[in-house]
Amino acid sequence: MFLSFRRIVKTGFINFWRNGFVSISSVVVMTITLFVIGSLIFLDAMLDASLGLLRDKVDVNAYFVIDAPEESIQNVKQALEGLPEVAAVMFTSREEAYEQFKERHKEDQIELQALNELGENPLLASLSIKAKDPSYYERIDTFLQSDQSTLSSEGSSLVYNVNFNDNKAAIEKLQQVIGGIELFGLVVSIALITVSIVIVFNTIRMAIYISREEIAVMRLVGASDAYIRGPFVFEGIMYGVIAALLTLVSFYPLALWLGPATQDFFGNINLFTYYTAHFGPIFLIIMLTGVLLGAISSFLAVKKYLRT
Amino acid sequence: MIYFDNVSKYYADKSIALREITLSIAPGEFVSVVGHSGAGKTTLLKLLLAEERPTEGAVYFQSTDVHRLKRTHLTRYRQKMGTVFQDFRLLPNRTAYENIAFAMEAAGRVDEEIASDVPYVLDLVDLREKMWNFPNELSGGERQRVAIARAIVNQPDVIIADEPTGNLDPINTYEIVQILKKINDLGTTVILTTHNKGVIDSLGRRVITMDSGKVVRDDASGRYVL
Repeated sequence: MFLSFRRIVKTGFINFWRNGFVSISSVVVMTITLFVIGSLIFLDAMLDASLGLLRDKVDVNAYFVIDAPEESIQNVKQALEGLPEVAAVMFTSREEAYEQFKERHKEDQIELQALNELGENPLLASLSIKAKDPSYYERIDTFLQSDQSTLSSEGSSLVYNVNFNDNKAAIEKLQQVIGGIELFGLVVSIALITVSIVIVFNTIRMAIYISREEIAVMRLVGASDAYIRGPFVFEGIMYGVIAALLTLVSFYPLALWLGPATQDFFGNINLFTYYTAHFGPIFLIIMLTGVLLGAISSFLAVKKYLRT
Repeated sequence: MIYFDNVSKYYADKSIALREITLSIAPGEFVSVVGHSGAGKTTLLKLLLAEERPTEGAVYFQSTDVHRLKRTHLTRYRQKMGTVFQDFRLLPNRTAYENIAFAMEAAGRVDEEIASDVPYVLDLVDLREKMWNFPNELSGGERQRVAIARAIVNQPDVIIADEPTGNLDPINTYEIVQILKKINDLGTTVILTTHNKGVIDSLGRRVITMDSGKVVRDDASGRYVL
């Protein structure tokens, strides 16, 4: 058993070396495939990051009636934080809202004058709520309209207004856009990956087609199927390993070069930082894909010539 | 040792390759099979090697039906048969030495045996000095000698030679036949197909003559009659 394993490995190496041109072209095709797969991983990460950034900008504000006690608002806040859909809740008191208003409109004398003429602070305390996903806002809105904690001791609602309805159209649109981009990305990825796998498969089939007469001779000499197949599968694995290493190495300068550009374009993500931070999983995905692709393609291609 | 029991072979287009062949070959025999192209000689050998299945009848080797062997046993069985062909069928990417070593590796022999037996059989076919040449660096006669060395290295029970001299000039033909005779003298059964009248007449051994898929003559010490 060990003897034939050693021979299979040795023969695989020799064949790889002696069929130099075929080996190189197979490795090149495989490298391109792995490169496509790797690029899709990066693109997905970039897209995720920028979509995340967009999502982060969305929130819903619940304004409370002017005489709502802060204690009750804090209760609502706690109740909201207990919901699984909610990512974060931020409280803004009436005074803070007043200060923020003045700050925002300090260039705008008319607004400030109008505020001063009112004599008292007309602004309402509010909770700014971020959901884990834009689709949850509807449920949060319902919660605010109906939950016990939002009722005053007399039973009237403390919530003056939830600006969900104002934002609703924008949130739904954003959700559609995000969903669309994600679906599009998935379809494109699947298509590209399928095409590359088919190309690799065909390349390896061609490489083994050249050896079909050799396979016939080996059978005639009395070599077992496993012994004939072994070196081809090993060669396929070698293609995969070399292609994976080439891909991973070529990503390094590329990510370094594209890093600043991606940071500007996609927001808070740098391709190079992402690559170095996620090197382990990326290495595994690329390497495993290469090895499996090489081994399975070779296995199936040889199988064709082993039938009687 | 080899027994064809009423064997017929039809191909898909209804053409008949073999018709009700019954014959037996004893251990140690040197049998020549002659006939025109298309007479069924190669089909006969392919059936014996279990490369093709008979449409009717059965082929026995040492009392086992070779077409009922499982794949793993088939491999064993083929290791008992040494084959030599008109077109040599060497592995082009391997040297003469490696071609012969491959047959031994496939049979699961250890490295020490390979290192001692391969030069020995190369000596037998007088090709030791070309051991590290690739097939495309050898002449037709030399390639055929490598093929014979590969066929005998696992000490098979039978050597099957399908027109081994078809591509060779008279001197090489003579040498190849002498080597086959030597192998037969050492006790191995040899089955030879050929078109070459001179070869048959010089051998003076059993000759089976085939025509249109049938055995028309079977002479113990035959000549080439067609």
